[in-house]
Amino acid sequence: MKRLDALRAVYGRLEDRIVVTIMGAVAAELQSLGHRPNFFYLQHAMGLASSMGLGIALSKPDRQVIVLDGDGSILMNLGGLTTLARYRPRNLVHVIFDNESLLSVGGFPTATATGTDLAGIAAAAGVPRTATVSTLEAFTTAVDEALAAADLTTIVAKVEAVGPAAYVTDLSLLENRFQFSRSLRS
Amino acid sequence: MSPVSTTSSRAIYEALKTSGVRLMSALPETWLVHLIRMAEEDPEMTLVRLAKEEEGVGISAGAHLAGVKSAMLMQNHGFLASVNGIVSCAQLYHIPLLMLISYRGDFGERDPWQTEGGGVTEDVLRALRIPFSLIDRPDQVASRINHAQTLALSANKPVALLLCRDLMWEEGQR
Repeated sequence: MKRLDALRAVYGRLEDRIVVTIMGAVAAELQSLGHRPNFFYLQHAMGLASSMGLGIALSKPDRQVIVLDGDGSILMNLGGLTTLARYRPRNLVHVIFDNESLLSVGGFPTATATGTDLAGIAAAAGVPRTATVSTLEAFTTAVDEALAAADLTTIVAKVEAVGPAAYVTDLSLLENRFQFSRSLRS
Repeated sequence: MSPVSTTSSRAIYEALKTSGVRLMSALPETWLVHLIRMAEEDPEMTLVRLAKEEEGVGISAGAHLAGVKSAMLMQNHGFLASVNGIVSCAQLYHIPLLMLISYRGDFGERDPWQTEGGGVTEDVLRALRIPFSLIDRPDQVASRINHAQTLALSANKPVALLLCRDLMWEEGQR
């Protein structure tokens, strides 16, 4: 499964929900499908996208929040999974695209390449719903089930280690930040 | 009786409430015990206990973008552990943070393990160009917290208040 195809498959579910992504390929690919004011791309601070998602989910309990994370990023904030599980925001779906590598900095393998099981870690941290999927069909079903379940869910989507030709887009960081904030507050 | 000052803790908590803070992240540390309990017992406050302080940067950033005022409670070593998040999330994206930092390792410190971090705290804050102020008397609490919050919101940047020993620790105790 390619991450871009996975994003395309669930784009309709993202459109009206609050979306927070990590930097790099995920941000560029989602923008290539169509930027929206309710999408925020955390273009640095690796590991904190899930924490931002928690802050938003706790502050906006009536909205669903989808975090699009990556294996390299969540590996930098595994403790954050215990915080997520502890507060269990029922309006948060945490997707981790796992390409088993740090793609944008040379493709070196992460620990998931040698067996680290992120869904297992999330479950052991106390996340009530977890899944690992590797096909578009299973991914779409898992996202739909998570949104319908209305409970904290971590979905690990195994994807190929391929990305876009370029990571920098024409959306400036601050433009994204203020537009996103205005959209959340309106 | 804990030598941590309940009077000062109460003053700090009240000032945070007056400043509109409704979400607090915290990692327990001795000087902050009363503050954390006050947040825990207050139905108007969302308290998020962290595994590591840097998470608090992301949580406060998310809360701010969603329109909720927040504060971070941590020890200075937790601040040191949060530096990349502060720079690459809060400063990069012009997001206000109100950081209340217990200033361990300064004059009067008896725990040897606190002293190295105490010696670098102010220099690191300056290097990061984070406006900060020390609070060492209870009568300074209300105005400094109010002013710090005002600057954080008008400048869209992190600010820090260093909670000093004379404020947090009752006299005559270790």
